[in-house]
Order: sequence, then C-alpha cells, then structure tokens
Amino acid sequence: MATVVYKVGDDVSTDTIYPGRFMATVLPSETPQFCFADDKAFNGALQRQSVAPGSIIVGGQNFGCGSSREQAASTIKGHGLVVIARGFARIFLQNSINLGLRTVICPSIEAEVGDEIALTPTHVRNVTRNADFPIVPLPAARQAIIDAGGLIAYTRTRLVADRTR
Amino acid sequence: MGMTVAQKILARASGLAAVNVGDVVEPAVDMAMSHENTALVINQFLEVFKGTGLEPRVWDPSKIAVIFDHRVPAESAKTATNQKKVREFAAAQGIGKFHDVRGDSGGICHQVMAEEGYDRPGAVIVGADSHTTSHGALGALAFGVGATEMASVWALGRAVNIQVPATIKVVLSGRLNPAVTPKDVILHLVGLLTAEGGNFKVIEFHGDAIAAMPTSGRLVLCNMSVEAGATSGIVPADAETVRYLREEAGVTDPLDLVQPDPDAAYDRVIEIDVATLGPQIACPHTVDNVKSVGAVAGTKVHQIVIGSCTNGRLDDLEEAARRLKGRTIAKDVRMLVFPASWKIYKEAMRRGYIGDLMDAGAVIMNPGCGCCLGIHEGALGDGETALSTTNRNFHGRMGNPNSDVYLCSPAVAAASAVSGVITDPRKEN
Repeated sequence: MATVVYKVGDDVSTDTIYPGRFMATVLPSETPQFCFADDKAFNGALQRQSVAPGSIIVGGQNFGCGSSREQAASTIKGHGLVVIARGFARIFLQNSINLGLRTVICPSIEAEVGDEIALTPTHVRNVTRNADFPIVPLPAARQAIIDAGGLIAYTRTRLVADRTR
Repeated sequence: MGMTVAQKILARASGLAAVNVGDVVEPAVDMAMSHENTALVINQFLEVFKGTGLEPRVWDPSKIAVIFDHRVPAESAKTATNQKKVREFAAAQGIGKFHDVRGDSGGICHQVMAEEGYDRPGAVIVGADSHTTSHGALGALAFGVGATEMASVWALGRAVNIQVPATIKVVLSGRLNPAVTPKDVILHLVGLLTAEGGNFKVIEFHGDAIAAMPTSGRLVLCNMSVEAGATSGIVPADAETVRYLREEAGVTDPLDLVQPDPDAAYDRVIEIDVATLGPQIACPHTVDNVKSVGAVAGTKVHQIVIGSCTNGRLDDLEEAARRLKGRTIAKDVRMLVFPASWKIYKEAMRRGYIGDLMDAGAVIMNPGCGCCLGIHEGALGDGETALSTTNRNFHGRMGNPNSDVYLCSPAVAAASAVSGVITDPRKEN
C-alpha cells in the first residue's frame, strides 16, 4: 500500500513539473531537487525527504504535456514516486518508460491526498474509499523497454547485437 | 486499405511494403536533432556503451544535427560548460551539422533545420525537442523525443518500438482575411481539438488554404500541432515544398514527395473554412484556452514578444515592422524581438525591418528560445502579463509562476504594442 501525497488537475505541463529555469541541470542525480519547484510546500517536503518512496502523485488528463525535457521524468523518479494519472502526454509517458519512472494510466481514478492505494496488475484500488478503478495497460510497444529495465539497458543489448554482427 | 503520409513514411523507413495503425516498427532515422540538451544525450549515450567494450561512436554523424539555441550565449558557467562538452563531442564524432554560437549561421533549431535543407519530404526526423513537429511542414514525419531516446537513436540509427499512429485529417479551405494568419488557424485548431485531442496521433493538413500557404506558415501549423498533443503535424509535400527546398534551402538532390493514398483511413476529418476566422488568442494558462481577440481586448500587457520557432520568420518581422514603422511602443511596455535565425535577422536588417522596430522602441535580441521558456532573458515580474507570439502559456512558462502569458499572431502583438493593451489588429491603423 502507498499513500497519495500530491494531487494535480488536467494538463499539468512539464514546465510545472520541472520549471524551465532549472533546465541547465540535466543529470538524473541532480534533477530531484527541482521537482515541482514552484510549489514550495510539496518541493519542500520532498527536499526534507519526508515523503516516503513509493508514494503516489495523482494526475488528471494529459499529465506531462508540453516540453520534451526528460528532467520532468527523472525529477519524479529521483524521489521514488509513482504517477497515477487519467492520461499522459506522449513524450512524458515515453520518457518515463525509458527512465523507469512508474506510470499508471487510470482514466477513472478518484483519489485524494492521504488516501491509501494498492496497485494490482489490472486495477488501482483506493483502500480508503473502498473503490477499484481499472488500469489501461501501457502500449505493447513499450513493454519490451520496461522488461529490459529501461531504454539504456534495452539499447545496450540491441547495440551489442548490431555492432558485433 | 490505403496509407496516410505517416504510414507511408514509416513503412519505407522500416523496410516494409505497408504498415497498419498500431503496428510496432523500427524506422531508420534520417535526421536526429538536438540542442543544448545534447549534454544529457551525450551522458545517456555513454551510459549505453558502458560495459560493452565497444567504442562509443554515433551511428552516422552526417545524420545528426546539433544546434545551440536555448541559452545563447551561455547565461551561466553551468551552461557554458555543458556547451563546451557538446562542442568537443561534436568535433570528436565528426558531426558537421553543428551550429554553435555565432552570427554567420544558426539560430533556432527548427528554423535552421528547414533553411539549411536538413529537412526532406518523406524523411523520419527525430528531435530532442517537442516542437520537432515543425518539420512536417516540409513533408517529413518529425516527432519529439527525450534525451535518452535520442541517445538510443545515436547508437542504433533507428527509433525503437514505435507504434504507427493514427492520423487526423484537417482540411483548410478558403482565404485568410487581412490581419489573420496561420497562427490564428493553429490556435483555433488547438482550441477545437483541446490540449490532448491529438495525443498519440498525427495531424495531416490539406486544402486550398494549405496549397496557397508558404512554407513559413506551414511551419507555424506543424510547430504548434504538438500543443494539441499530436505526435507530428504533416503537410504532404507539394510544389511549394519543392520551391522552398530548391530556392531557399539550396537542396539539389531528388525529393520524395510522399502523398497519402486516396483511400487512406483517417481517425477523423476536420474541415475549417479559414475565411470565417478572425484573430485568435490563447489565454492563460493552457494553449487550448483559445478565444477571439475581442474577448480580451483592452487587457493591459507589460511585455510583448515577437519571435521564436513559431513566429520569428521574415514575414512575421515584416508584419510587425509594417505596423510599427514611424510609431512608438507604449511607454510602459517592453517589446522583445527574437528573429528565428541569423539568416532571417540579416535579411530583416537589409530590408529595414530591424531599424523600424528599433525606432519604435523594440529591443532586438539574438535568435534563441530563452525568453519563451523563461530560461534566458526576458523574464516577467510578479503580476505582469506578456503578449507573445510564442507557443506556450503554461504556468510559469516565462520564468515566473506569478505572471500571465497570452499567445497570439505577430499582427495582434504589434497592434497591441502602441496602445499597451490587447488590441484587435483589424481595429488598429
């Protein structure tokens, strides 16, 4: 079980997740400090490490829209959080899969900050509200990358096959 | 069943006779573009090679373009160091299509790709920038990727595990009214589709309004297709595509003018008579919050921005200069102009647009992205409002979460500069 620690509405852009003015910081080891940087309360809680890894961000439709900046995925992953959203923007979803940020597509999710959530292979179970919401599986094309442990590992295997032919 | 342009391009690039929507393919990449975020791409690229015993070499340096535009010249030691790393890497790998910080070439990546002739109809183009959709204006299938995906392309020369997208057909008919521009068309379309209406889909543009539209306008449409979530925007290549590539970009090799099949299957078809459109404006804080300019006319603005990969081309600067020549920008308004490339900057200078804008009070910046996304000059103060020809108005986009950004055409921006309030360009002059 994990707790919902943050909830946002529809069309949350990568400018909100990782404001542009911090984009000169690129390394996944350094990006977590700027996660939702303009929300002082949430960013502060993350910085104090008072948010347990595995905790959940609940998003609306089109989570991660806008810029392709990969920092938006690495900054959330750096805190070990999971994003459950009604829907994701394409590039953000792809970046998340590539980096191993756990994303769950759940179009009917109803949850508030503080709710306890259990994830099953097919459903998001809101234990607090005793309700189940079905998960839309990630695109089949992406599963191979997830199974490999991310795009770097996946590409490494393919590269060795390519160049040692 | 016939194929759309996107299907045809992906089939060709994947070595297949045909592909269906939903198929998983691995298209060969014809051009891979990145900007300052190349620093992260390099990091991830080197990670890929770790432990393999292989020398880290990109698959084909002639198919990689690296164009500095986000923070030029560097605003901090950190950026300067990142740029230095990229510069050294480009030299070591033999990447010739490298555009550094200099005035004799380069500018904003999406303009440079077009004017240098790196874009080709029928090509698969990936860019580590969401506005890579722009390059569909020249008949390519062009989409944005993250830095790690770009590193994977550098290593393999292919985009892995791509799902063939469905296509929305947009038919634009009629003639644009005076003071109404391609920017108004795309703002209207984004408002219609919503910010996620094009998610995981391609938008293919057709119609007599497209046939009559120069490449500069097509770039605007495709550029902002991503604001509806689209994977790519595409204008099927035609006589104008050939003209642009031959006459303006200096391309001499044969061109593959990929057309959709007459019986191609579309996800949906949207028809718009552009003659019915007036000037549009996207209000804070989402690009799909689109209204007629009249609905917010009179709103006080503090900063006006003309430029960017969306609207920093010669016809945009001409529009602004024509409206501002001999006039004075309101005292309490600052106007920043970012030509999309140095080539455009110099031509605008030659034609006198730069002088006219400067005389009106505008500040001419070097080509670059920085202001649009709040990372390099042109930030807004608390409670300030910007009226901008750029492409995004998200919370904090221009560097300050306590500010508002409205998005409009250069005509609206210039018309509002003298009054200092949002003004319908048809009611001005």
